[in-house]
Amino acid sequence: MKLLNRTLIAVAVSAGMVGVASAKDLVVVSWGGAYTASQQNAYHAPYMANNPDITIVNDDSAGGAVAKLRAMQEANNVTWDLVDMVASDAILSCDEGLVIEIDHNAVLAAAPDGTPALEDFGDLVVSPCFIPQIVYSTTFGYRTDKVGDTPPTSINDIFDLDKYPGKRALQKKPINNLEWALIADGVPADKVYEVLGTEAGVAQAFAKLDTIKDSVIWWDKGAQPPQLLADGEVTIASAYNGRLFSVIEEEKQPIAMMWDWQVFDLDGWVVPAGGKNEADVLAYLNFATDTQRLADQAKYISYGPARASSAPMVGKHKDLGIDMAPHMPTSPAYAEHTLLYNYEFWADNIDDLTESFQAWLTN
Amino acid sequence: MANTTTNSPLVTVDGTPLKVSLGRAKRKAKLRALLLVAPLFAFILLTFFVPIISMLLRSVDNEVVSYTLPNTAPLLSQWDASSGEIPGEAVFKALAADFKESAEDKYDDKSAGKVGRRLNYELTGFSSMFRKTARKSKKFEPPYKEAFIKAEKKWGDPKYWQVMQREMRKATDSYYLAAIDAGYDSEGNRAFNEPGKRVYLKLFWRTFWMSGLITGLCLLLAYPVAYLLSILKSRTSNMLMILVLLPFWTSLLVRTSAWIALLQKEGVINSLLVATGMLDDANRLLMIHNKAGTIIAMVHVLLPFMILPLYSVMKTIPPSYMRAARSLGATPFTAFTKVYMPNTIPGIGAGAILVFILSIGYYITPALVGGQSGTLISNLIAYHLESSLNWGLAAALGAILLAATFALYLVYDKIVGIDNMKLG
Repeated sequence: MKLLNRTLIAVAVSAGMVGVASAKDLVVVSWGGAYTASQQNAYHAPYMANNPDITIVNDDSAGGAVAKLRAMQEANNVTWDLVDMVASDAILSCDEGLVIEIDHNAVLAAAPDGTPALEDFGDLVVSPCFIPQIVYSTTFGYRTDKVGDTPPTSINDIFDLDKYPGKRALQKKPINNLEWALIADGVPADKVYEVLGTEAGVAQAFAKLDTIKDSVIWWDKGAQPPQLLADGEVTIASAYNGRLFSVIEEEKQPIAMMWDWQVFDLDGWVVPAGGKNEADVLAYLNFATDTQRLADQAKYISYGPARASSAPMVGKHKDLGIDMAPHMPTSPAYAEHTLLYNYEFWADNIDDLTESFQAWLTN
Repeated sequence: MANTTTNSPLVTVDGTPLKVSLGRAKRKAKLRALLLVAPLFAFILLTFFVPIISMLLRSVDNEVVSYTLPNTAPLLSQWDASSGEIPGEAVFKALAADFKESAEDKYDDKSAGKVGRRLNYELTGFSSMFRKTARKSKKFEPPYKEAFIKAEKKWGDPKYWQVMQREMRKATDSYYLAAIDAGYDSEGNRAFNEPGKRVYLKLFWRTFWMSGLITGLCLLLAYPVAYLLSILKSRTSNMLMILVLLPFWTSLLVRTSAWIALLQKEGVINSLLVATGMLDDANRLLMIHNKAGTIIAMVHVLLPFMILPLYSVMKTIPPSYMRAARSLGATPFTAFTKVYMPNTIPGIGAGAILVFILSIGYYITPALVGGQSGTLISNLIAYHLESSLNWGLAAALGAILLAATFALYLVYDKIVGIDNMKLG
């Protein structure tokens, strides 16, 4: 009996080893929900069809991924192969040595016309560790039934409680809110970070926010503002443009978008240092971030592809059949007033200004 | 004959003294008992105490700076910070060597960016200063002083050097200072932050009084329910018990979201009040995204933790006690306060401690329904753990919370007595 057991175990173990040798699991960490679904459809599924020996396993724990990555590295057991992060977190992880630096032109595919990857992505490569994937924006949604015949058109309307009474929903962090407050207070957009770098500028921004403080519901999670709008709890809310798209186009709620001074931010890939399948991941990235794949992702979600060469190839939504180009935050129609998240400024000031922001909220 | 037997020691059949033999048997039993608890003990030690202690140690650990800059550390300690001048070429040369080393050793814990982040907690600007310098340091040539200042002009400002010199120490108190809204001023003295920048003490205070209030409300609501459960026939009381436990089996997020749907401005309760004309449409009640929301939702979530210990204690109080008190002439009120309630104190103590300790550590519910006035200290601990990655500050805040809880526990022990607690 004992002998039989041993033989069985030996067979099982060797079968397992054979299994490992012939097929590989790549653990890809992303945000879950519609976003992971868009990546599954646009990148993972076609890649696995071309490479039957690779299996991509989705892990939906991108929220708080930097903390988890740091814990993994400290335990010397990095189990993730690829992680989806917003650019500011990628910069942080790069500083901490949690993710590897990438030679973009060597690893990634060139554009169809031969433009090298680094040039195609342009200044969206905000960190040597970061491979941009999409451009998203934090912008505004409002209830069409609560604003009368004159819908809000400018950032000033957010701060105008007489013209648009009712609650606002804003994200519970200083980023974006302070910039918007200064712009609404008359600071020219190209001077915003200069002003915000001074104590008087910070005070000015908080003073402007004070004018609506009692009418603000602060949100933490991206799912909250569309819900608050749909429930009629707030009249205007800042939200991620993709979330607003789905509540407007897919759920047909009486909500519309206001793009004035939308703030662009980036989301993309980073490769954890100490991952066990680095070569396979880089091969996957070469495919998953090429021009066609990035354009394909826009069929499933309304975020703009990060490559310049992908923009003209954006088509229709897979299920709704509507043209996706006008729903991209990068669409020229909304380009008049835009702000790009200032990574350098926020990397330095995030600790200090978050503290001020929290103190302002508490007092 | 009788004399000799009483004087000689008692022996067992094989001749060993009884005392020795008994001792041996006892030792064996003790060893067996120890072996039985050893796995649990090891489990708790490894998965509970070790991680907590190592996390708490982070609140003072500051080794990353001197470990990543080993050449600079000894030289910089000789620099006179009060001179108003930046250090000399020798320090810059050592720093250049450290930067080069960290660039080669980036994934081995020696990241210059990490030091920049660490020092940025002390003084805004270090983060980009180290990142920019690290990028350019590969090409640095002597004289290093000029090279550094050319790469990043902040190197020419003594205030950055002052902070670096201070934080070369292996253990730091700056996380604890930050956790009580203090820090170092520009002269390097410890001082409280200006009033506009104080957060944590206020939140500690808010956390404690709100937890106290939640505990009190739970007790008020749970007491009659537990009493009812304890006196009803077991068939009915089991049915009711299921109602108490049902929310327990539902996801916390679902319960919290349900409260949002009920309490919000356009929610069920407000709409009902408006529809019945009890409330004007313009004056809908604000019951969520503020303190009220946090208190209501947390009382609901934590109620079973109060009901269950109370119920288990009340179940053991014979009804004859109350009847005896009444028959001896006590009014119902006296009988309750003098006879029944003192018997339930072990349950009250257990329930109160459970609810209070759970509520000071709560963060999901306050994050979702608390808005700006209902946020608790644990929300900021979570923020520093997950988003800002300032684990030192998170650990310091956690340690203070732990110490305050211990202090309250001691007070409780003094007043009520911990032996008097009954958990079930």
